[in-house]
Amino acid sequence: MTLPVSKSIAPDEGSYNFAYLDEQTKRMIRRAILKGIAIPGYQVPFASREMPMPYGWGTGGVQVTAAILGADDTLKVIDQGSDDTTNAVAIRGFFEKTAGVATTTSTEDASIIQTRHRIPEMALNSNQILVFQVPIPEPLRFLEPRETETRKMHALEEYGLMHVKLYEDIAKNGHIATTYAYPVEVNGRYVMDPSPTPKFDNPKIDNMEALQLYGAGREKRIYAIPPYTKVKSLDFDDYPFEVQSFDKPCGLCNAEGVYLDEVILDDKGGRMFVCSDSDHCEERRANGHLGPMAADPAATLLSGGTQEKGQ
Amino acid sequence: MSDQNNQEPLLQVHGVTRYYGDRIGCHDVDFQLWPGEVLAIVGESGSGKTTLLNCLSTRLAPTAGAIEYRMRDGSMRNLYELSEAERRLLMRTDWGFVHQNAADGLRMTVSAGANVGERLMAVGQRHYGKIRETATDWLDRVEITVDRIDDDPRAFSGGMRQRLQIARNLVTHPRLVFMDEPTGGLDVSVQARLLDMLRRLVSELGLSVIIVTHDLAVARLLSHRIMVMRHGEVIETGLTDQVLDDPREPYTQLLVSSILQV
Repeated sequence: MTLPVSKSIAPDEGSYNFAYLDEQTKRMIRRAILKGIAIPGYQVPFASREMPMPYGWGTGGVQVTAAILGADDTLKVIDQGSDDTTNAVAIRGFFEKTAGVATTTSTEDASIIQTRHRIPEMALNSNQILVFQVPIPEPLRFLEPRETETRKMHALEEYGLMHVKLYEDIAKNGHIATTYAYPVEVNGRYVMDPSPTPKFDNPKIDNMEALQLYGAGREKRIYAIPPYTKVKSLDFDDYPFEVQSFDKPCGLCNAEGVYLDEVILDDKGGRMFVCSDSDHCEERRANGHLGPMAADPAATLLSGGTQEKGQ
Repeated sequence: MSDQNNQEPLLQVHGVTRYYGDRIGCHDVDFQLWPGEVLAIVGESGSGKTTLLNCLSTRLAPTAGAIEYRMRDGSMRNLYELSEAERRLLMRTDWGFVHQNAADGLRMTVSAGANVGERLMAVGQRHYGKIRETATDWLDRVEITVDRIDDDPRAFSGGMRQRLQIARNLVTHPRLVFMDEPTGGLDVSVQARLLDMLRRLVSELGLSVIIVTHDLAVARLLSHRIMVMRHGEVIETGLTDQVLDDPREPYTQLLVSSILQV
């Protein structure tokens, strides 16, 4: 990151400031981010601004990205792991237009990755920043509706209630049925909601090399996990935390041990499982990995143009 | 009374006063409570019973006066000089609070088992099987059939909710339990069963209890000692049987004589 300099946009009244937000707003957000990094997992209130997109589309993540973006950064935006869905395309376009930064779909080339609910399969490095879009930052919210009370519970480290939720899961389903937004304890202190990422990604949060920033626009909260921070998923002694497992590899690139999306192929029960991380999948296919369904005409049709891009 | 060490009081209350603006909530209340003792606070509606109970249980700061409590380590501490963290820990481990309306004291959206287990998880128990075992045991002790353990309290009757609330409070073996009209709003047969159960639990566990009630029959059945309040003042205090059989104050005489005889 360097100091933001408007290069593609002339500083006349008709244009936006670099990365849409004005400099004082960005400073305010950066202060919140710094505080968040200083107290890992603590939800820092900030004066969230109206953004030119509806709540729920990543207004928090966009503000965080705007505040940390520099002119020489390369931005990647993913939505459920994919680079080519509406939310990802729109936000990428937004920053191309307002900041003129380079964008990419390659995880490796990106310096900032804004994500809605997935962490890329590829391990991130210490030169990268992962920005999460968070709908509801408060992990205790659905058990304790009062904000005054949940703040007090965080302050006094009263987290018994979080286990009440897990208890309910086991009592009603026989196992911990929470599969996303799975609560974690950060650095032995704050309990945090890692945004609705599948719990499959929780182990990646632990001791990650990249900085993780979480922005919740509607709820006006920013929190962070600094690099190399210990993050533990909550569980019971006799019901330890475990991630989802898939019995088949990716239908297109044959990858195992990755998070898969189910794709319905027809109305006769046909379905396939493909990588949720589209960049990872394309890269593997470009390197010659072929899944059992890659040659299937239906699958080739589905992956269509994106396959060329990876080659 | 129980066989605990009765030499030293568990709770000492000096001159507790609470004003609501110019109006008196309760005025200059002094008393001591010993381990294993059940104290009933009786009086008519608006006499300051609940205000006093809330002051004692740190839910409402008194305008003046001091309340001292003997902590588990034996030291006497002024409740309003404890840090908030200590106070909240006290409230969910060493104390219990039984609300008149069970919905106030329960988490209505989680199952009965989780309601009982919440305090255990709050003090750091992290073994599902053990938590469930304790919850099962406590449901049995308050006469709720064990097959209801995974039902929400919303599916329970008023009497069952009240018993569940009691189980939820007693699971950490508190030493002092506050009760605000625990039998209010229950029909007479359910009341009788609840009182029976309470009396058994109190003597089994050697609990100290401060119970607020307007029902003298409840006070008679449960309490060792009684305090009669009127207009925010304690007007008469003594052993329950003594006060109810031979009331000195005209107001107490009126209260006692107004009990419906069946």
